[in-house]
Formats: sequence, C-alpha cells, structure tokens
Amino acid sequence: MGASQTRTEDIFQDLSDKTGFSLEQIRILHKRFRQLSGDEETISKENLENIQALDKNPIRNQIIEAFFDKRNQNDGEVGSSVEIGFEQFVKVMCHFKPPTLKMTTEDKEAMRREKLRFLFNMHDTDNDGTITLDEYRKVVEELLSKSGAIGLEAAKAIADAAMLEVASINVPHMEPDEFYEGITFEHFEQILKGLEMESRMNIRFLDVDTSTMHCGKSQ
Amino acid sequence: MNEKVFLHSLFSGYISLCSNTLTHMFVQAYTTCSTETLSSLSSLSLSISSHIMSLLGASQDTQGPTNVTHKKAFPVLIFNYAHVRTPFEISLWILLALLMKLGFHLIPRVSRVVPESCLLIVVGLLVGGFIKAIGEKAPALDDTLFFLYLLPPIILDAGYFLPIRPFTENVGTILVFAVVGTLWNAFFTGGVMYGVCQLEGGQLAGVDLLSCLLFGAIVSAVDPVAVLAVFEEIHINELLHILVFGESLLNDAVTVVLYHLFKEFSAVGTVTVVDGVLAVVCFFVVSLGGLMVGAIYGVLGAFTSRFTSHTRVIEPLFVFLYSYMAYLSAEVFHLSGIMSLIACGVTMRPYVEANVSHKSYTTIKYFLKMWSSVSETLIFIFLGVSTVAGPHAWNWTFVVVTVILCLVSRVMGVIGLTYIINKFRIVKLTKKDQFIVAYGGLRGAIAYSLGFLLPNHQMKTLFLTAIITVVFFTVFVQGMTIRPLVELLAVKKKKETRRSINEEIHTQFLDHLLTGIEGVCGHYGHHHWKDKLNRFNKTYVKRWLIAGDRSMEPQLISFYNKMEMRQAMLMVESGSSARLPGLISMQNIQPKVESRGRTLPKISKGREEEIRRILRANLQQTKQRLRSYSRHDLMGDPFEDMNENLSEMRFRKQRVEMERRMSHYLTVPANRQETPLVRRVRFESDGQDYTSKERSDIRACNIGPTSSFSDAISVLDESPPLRPNQMSQGGARRRAEHGTQATADDAEETGEPQTQLRRVSDPAVPEMMIKMTKDVKPVTTIKQNGADFTIEVKTPMRTNVNSFSLGKETEITAMDGRKFKCTVREENGKLVFETDKFTSVREIQGEDMVETVTAGSACLIRKSKRV
Repeated sequence: MGASQTRTEDIFQDLSDKTGFSLEQIRILHKRFRQLSGDEETISKENLENIQALDKNPIRNQIIEAFFDKRNQNDGEVGSSVEIGFEQFVKVMCHFKPPTLKMTTEDKEAMRREKLRFLFNMHDTDNDGTITLDEYRKVVEELLSKSGAIGLEAAKAIADAAMLEVASINVPHMEPDEFYEGITFEHFEQILKGLEMESRMNIRFLDVDTSTMHCGKSQ
Repeated sequence: MNEKVFLHSLFSGYISLCSNTLTHMFVQAYTTCSTETLSSLSSLSLSISSHIMSLLGASQDTQGPTNVTHKKAFPVLIFNYAHVRTPFEISLWILLALLMKLGFHLIPRVSRVVPESCLLIVVGLLVGGFIKAIGEKAPALDDTLFFLYLLPPIILDAGYFLPIRPFTENVGTILVFAVVGTLWNAFFTGGVMYGVCQLEGGQLAGVDLLSCLLFGAIVSAVDPVAVLAVFEEIHINELLHILVFGESLLNDAVTVVLYHLFKEFSAVGTVTVVDGVLAVVCFFVVSLGGLMVGAIYGVLGAFTSRFTSHTRVIEPLFVFLYSYMAYLSAEVFHLSGIMSLIACGVTMRPYVEANVSHKSYTTIKYFLKMWSSVSETLIFIFLGVSTVAGPHAWNWTFVVVTVILCLVSRVMGVIGLTYIINKFRIVKLTKKDQFIVAYGGLRGAIAYSLGFLLPNHQMKTLFLTAIITVVFFTVFVQGMTIRPLVELLAVKKKKETRRSINEEIHTQFLDHLLTGIEGVCGHYGHHHWKDKLNRFNKTYVKRWLIAGDRSMEPQLISFYNKMEMRQAMLMVESGSSARLPGLISMQNIQPKVESRGRTLPKISKGREEEIRRILRANLQQTKQRLRSYSRHDLMGDPFEDMNENLSEMRFRKQRVEMERRMSHYLTVPANRQETPLVRRVRFESDGQDYTSKERSDIRACNIGPTSSFSDAISVLDESPPLRPNQMSQGGARRRAEHGTQATADDAEETGEPQTQLRRVSDPAVPEMMIKMTKDVKPVTTIKQNGADFTIEVKTPMRTNVNSFSLGKETEITAMDGRKFKCTVREENGKLVFETDKFTSVREIQGEDMVETVTAGSACLIRKSKRV
C-alpha cells in the first residue's frame, strides 16, 4: 500500500513538473478525475456527459470533444481518443492556467498562442488548419443553440458577418473572383488581438491553492 | 391726451405689425422648415407675443392712474436686472465655462501638456481674482450647489456608462481599495497628523485627535471627478482605469460614514465601543442601502421604459429623473447617493437600451455627456474661484505635512493591499500597475465641499486651506505628470477600436467554455455564478422589463443587430458602402456561389436574353420607386424606431450589398487579369445594349472629342460616385436571379469593345474609389454644336448630362450629384477641363479616346474605345 502511495506521489510530482501545476492542484484534479470516472483509470465521453453542470451549456459537446482531442495533448498526434487518462486530463486543464508575475513578455506571448490554439482546434473540427465558413457557422450555431428558433436563424447571418470581417481584416483587397478559404491560425490570432486571451482564459480555482487561501483569510 | 392716444395707437400698431410678421414667419416656417425649427420658432413667437401683450397690459394699467394724477411719461425702456439676475448669472457662468472649454481645444499644444482640469482651475482663479478686484464677493463652491446639482450628472454619466464586465471582474480588488484603502488612508493621515500637531504646538496645539481624524477622512478619499477628468485624457488601459475609477466611486460610502461619524464625535468629544460598532453597522446600511435604493429606482425606470413606445419624446427624461430621484432619495436618509446613482444607472441601462428607440438612446448618451462635461467644467472653475474667495489660514507645517501624508499613505496603502490582493487575483497587479493606481489617486472637489460643510470649527479655515492645497497638488502636479509617466513606463493603453463581431463571438464562447471547464473541475466559481445570474436574468427579469421580442434575444444577436444597424447608418450617412468591411463580399467567402459561377458558364443566348430583360425591368422598377424617397426620409425614417425598422434596415443594407455584387457581375470581366477594364462608348442611338440580340454591338460611329468628365471627378474626389439610392437600384431581385451572375460574367467575356483604365499610383485615392470607378463603365455620348457641347454619361444607375460652351465657365454636375465650376478650352484638338481642384485633358488617338485627369500629385488615365 505504501509503495503505491509513493508511486502516485511520484506520478503527481512528474505531472507537476511537466504542467506547472502545484502538487496541491494536481491532487485536487485527481480527486475530481476519480469522481468523474467512477474510480477508473480513464475517463470516457459518457463520464463527462453525465456532469450536471454542463447540461445547460450550449457548447457542451465542443467542450467534451476538446478533452478527447489529441491535438490538445501537444504530442503531435491528431484525431480523437475514446478515453483519456489522468495525464491527458491534466494536460487539457493546463490550457487554462493563468499567467504569473514572473513571466516575460515572450512567455506571455507563447501562452497566448497556446490558448488561442486550443480555441482554434475547437473550431477547426476537421484539422485542416483552417476554419471554414461551414465550421464557423457551426460554432455560432452551437453558441446560440439554447436560444431557440431565433438563434438558429441568426446564427448563419452572424457567422457570415464574422467571416466577412475576418476576410476583410486579413486580406483587405480581394479580387472579386478570389476566394477566402477560411481562417488560418495566423488570421485567427489577428482577429482576436483585442481580447487579452492570456489574462482571460483561465480558471480561478486552479490558481488558488488552499495554503495561500488560508493565509489570506487569517489576515 | 393726444399724445397718449398716439402712443397707444403706435403700440397697438407695433403689436399688430409684430404679430403679422410673426404669423407670416410662422406660416412660412410651417411650409419650409423642419419640425424642430418649427417648434422652436413657434414657441419663440408665442413667447415674444405674450411678452408684448404683457407690456401692453402694463402700459394700459399705468394709463389709468395717469389720467387722474399727472405723472412722468410712460417709460419706453425699463431696466429691471434684479428680475432676471439669478438665471442670467447662472447662464453667464455656464457660458463662461463652455467658452473656456472651447478655447482650450483650439490650442492643441496646451491641451496636450496640461489637463483641462488644471486650466479650468486657473481660469477660476483668474475670474475669482477679477471679481475680487472689482470689489464684489466671489461665489464660493456652495455645498448644496455641488452635491445637489453639479455632482449627480457626472456620477450618473459614469454609472450609466460603467464598463460592467471589467468592473465585475475586478470588483473584489476595487472594494478592497475603496473600503480598506480609504479607511487606512483616513486613520493613518489623521493619526500622524495629530502627532505632528502635538509636536509642533503653537497654532496647531488646539487640534484634537477627532478633528484630525475628521480631516483625514475628508482628505483621504479619491475623487471621481478629478480621476475622470485626468484619466479620460490619458487613455489608460481598461483594468487600471476601472481600478482607480471604481475605487473613487465606491469609497463614497466609507467617506460618508467616516465624515458623519467624526463630525458627530468631535462635537460630543467622546467615543465608546458601542459607537464604533454602530459605525460599522452604519457603513453597511449606508452602502447597501444606497445600492438598494438605486436598484429599486433602476428597476422602476426599466419597467417604465417598457411602455414608452408611443411617446418616444419623453423617454430620455425618465432615465434622468429616475436616477436623480434615486440620488435624492438616498440623500434623504444620508445613504450613499453616489452608490445609489451608480446602482440605478447600471441596473437600468441594459433594459432601457433594449426598450427605447435609437434616437432616444442617442439623446440619453448626449445629454449625459453634455451635463457631465458642463458640471465638471463648472466644478473646476468654481474650485478656482472659491480658492480666491475663501478665508485662508496658511500654516506651512500643516499644509506640507498633509500633502506628504496623503502621498505616503496612498503609496503604502496600495502596496500593502496589492500584496494581499495579488494572492487572490488571477491576473496579478504588476509594479507598474501599482504605481499608476497609487499615483492616480487624485483628490478633488468632493473633499473641498465636505470641508466647506464643516461646522464653524476653529480649525475650519486651516483645514480648508490644507484641503485646497492637496487638491491643487494632486490635480496640478500628479495630473500633469501622469501622462508623461504613463508613456515613460509604457503602460498599456486602451485600444481604440470598436468591438468586432469576432471578438464578441469569442467573448461569449469563452464565457461558456470557462463555465464548462469549471463544471468539469467540479468547482463553482466566478463563471458558474455569473452563468446562473445570466440565466435568471434571461428567464425572469428580461421578460418583465423588456417589451416585445427583444426580451428573448440572446446577447450575441442583439450585438449583431446593433452592428448591422450601425453599418447601415454609416452607409446612409456617408452615402456609400465605403465603410463596409473592405471590399470583400459574400462571394469571397461563400464557396457555393463561387462554384456555381464556375459550373454554369454556358447558358443559351435566348435564356441569357430573357434574364437580361427581367433584370432590366426590375432595375427600372426599383429606380422609380426609390426616386420617391427623399434624402430626408432615408435619414429620418429608418431610425425613427429601431424595433420596427430593424428588419427594414437589414433589408436595405442587403439590397445595397447585393447591388454592389450585381454591378460587379454586370460589369467586371471574369478574368480580370487578362482583360483590362471594359467600358462602352457609344452613341445615344443604340441605347438597347441590354436587350440587343447581338453581343457584338460595335458600330461604325464617329466620335467627337469624347469625354466622361464627370465620373473622372468622382474618382478624384473624396465622395464615391454612387449614392445609396442609386446603389440599391441594382440590388433588387438579385437573389431571385441567382444564376445571372454567370451569364453576366460570361457575356462580358465575349468581347465587348474595351477601354482601358489604368491608375497611376496615388496613395491618396482610396482603394475603394478606384474599385468603384473600375466597376462602373459609363457610356459617354458627346454632341457638338459649334462651340457648344453636350456630354451625356450613362451608367446602369444614372444618367448625367452636362452642357457647356468652350471658353466659358460652366457649372458641371459630377456623377455623385455635386456641382463644380469648370472652364473648358480646346487646345490642338484636345478638350481641356480646368477647375481649381484638377485638370482633365481629353484627346482622340486613333480609335481611342484618352482622358488624363491630374489633381495634385495624382493622375488618372482612362482610355475609351469607340463603339
């Protein structure tokens, strides 16, 4: 028993080094992982679909897909896995880490790209490096899927307008017979320049470990 | 008596004359003027005539007694300044303030270095000095005037347009700064001040601890007016702006409580523990009570705006009145009026904006901005004036120590608090941020007014002088140096661009994503509760507070609608589609259209003919229909009510967009690279271009010195050649004729007589314009009759005819409807058009007519082929 205990600790330590999460955070995540998987080693899509908090989320499917998307594991593979283990789970969570004070500008830039890449992958379902109009329409449709009929009706128009905007920002002078294939990652970066992704796309819970919380409260 | 009768008749004659003229004007106004002018004119005429009537009445009254007792003659001119004195002086002050504001912006060099607030204070000092010099008593910044009239507009403006998202995201930090920070400042400043006073002795020995704390409370609060005035000008990033500004708004409750607390205590002289506890309770009552009062009025306001769809004119007033009532109601109970006002504005805004018409929305915006800017100007001017006016007790030690303490306590407070806050913040505050937050803690008129409100304490003048010094120090020294410092430290600035639809989509996407990830983590955090609140708002609140369908609209859709609306308006206003996102249209991103264009290249001649006929008929139809629209209608009608006309707007926009595409297909050759631009030059006899059976309608025609002068004008001029109503003509039924584009493209390829249009590079000519001119291929017909020429330029949208004689200055109408004065000469067979803006030369070179237009460094060469 003691041996397995240290083995998990080693794994945690290893993960912590890899991802930059603190041991405490890894432990919290592991607990949750166990809870979700029903004490199994891996998690399947059904496990995530059972989460109640996600029920009302319009982009639920995309969120769940993202966990199983191999592109988000950063090991060069593509496609979708059926099940993921704890390590993969943590690696996905890794995209929601906030920047720290010590980070240099370059680090922040890298973090930003990585977060944007995650979003891009969520949109680019067929992994061809561009978000085509159809894919973009799908995104907006999903986003408005909880708003009933008006939503679906407007989704197409909104996606079209958005696509038009991307095209006009990135390729300002297009010949009429030219065709804008879709949003590449560079263009994607360009259009979301205004959103400070590195400081927005993060989860508070991952940041506060209980030890500092304690110290904060006592003051 | 004779004299009197004469006078009377003169008077009545004058009256009737006046009223006649007025009636005349009235009638004329009715027929010619717009409604606004009309109403103002009629009210003016009414007021004038009533004034005259009252004069007449007065004169008749005086006639009675004059009959009996012999008195001096009837006064023709009466001087009664006292009667209008108050409003007159108020207007004069406001006028002065506005003129000063106007003046500063005329001198860009000064306004770039010195913030407006500083200049206004200086003006106030000068005016105060002047008033003193002529021996009058200068008006001080009265606390009633300040708190009841000058402050509310500024706070309402700030509250109504409070950027909700950054505010809620940072509300914790803001609260800590506002509450703990202000408390710390007050106690630290007050405490140390007391120590200094004890050490110094002399004049200061009489200052007791409670007075010192009272002073500390007054002087420690960051002032929203001063902060706004300075921060608006330096365009700092959203986070820092909301931190400093939010703090200045929320610290009001603390200041109010501390102020009343210490005022009370310093009168009594003792403090018990119970008092302390009560003070804490009081703080919660004051702040939460203020918020609640504001929220109630906000909900009431939103609810009222639900029913105003038939009386649009008074809509904006509801917003102002409910907010003002919220402020006053809070003040009745000595609750925090500022917090109440902000709560009211924030609560009301989303619902009111969904309910009111677009015009009302603009009115609200402008009125708020106008009032707040007038108030702000007046506050700073009055601050200057009162400085000159007020009694002063200058004590070097006291003043210098106050200034230093204010700085020190602020810096210590910010650094200490940030240390704690950073443990909880996801995005940490950097050293730079801390510096700006500390340095941006400006003090202002609220502190002065609170000091002014003090009971006639022995130390009141001493305090007031110190407060004024602190205010001046922060506004002048910090206010002036903060801009260079921001640049020196390279603090991130606010981005100026409007939010794009992609950003909005991703903001929403991100919200849902983060909520989802929180759900996966099993952690109910910030996003989870926000999501809950949004859902509650959507299911219950919106239904009650927003009228009609818009209550069901998700945020993204309403954002999209607003964006569409804005673009449509821009288009109508500028008279072109130049502001549409670039030149890219749906065909560039739509794979379907593109492929169809490629797959349907062959259509039988007969079918093509038919389509052309239909198209042509439709073009004419729309043209006729659209002619009945006046420009005024186009401007006025669609925006009368956003709710009703949104669909119409969209439709219209679509039509414009369609037309653009249409003109494309009709005129641009498909393989643009190989084929240069096409333009037909023909005689008026063959006007059957679109219906003619043969595509090759090249005819042997002789051409005079051909010219398409007027469209050349439109190239070089800023205004695009097409006006919206012309543009829309082509768009009709575009959709119905989906296949036509291919035909049209195809048709062009079959070999039209071609002309070449080449642009000799000029960066000044907008890309759009060039494109537009390229796309429109006018058919020019020139008739010569001796020295008289008639040039007719025909495009599918418009026909433009100009007649002129050689050597005479003539007015020429350009394609976009504008008129130019122009002289035409003939030089070696060339036609030379000369205006003050450009020169155009046309000459015949074999089969071509070459036209060279030069304007400054820009040059356009256009070749036309003979038809």
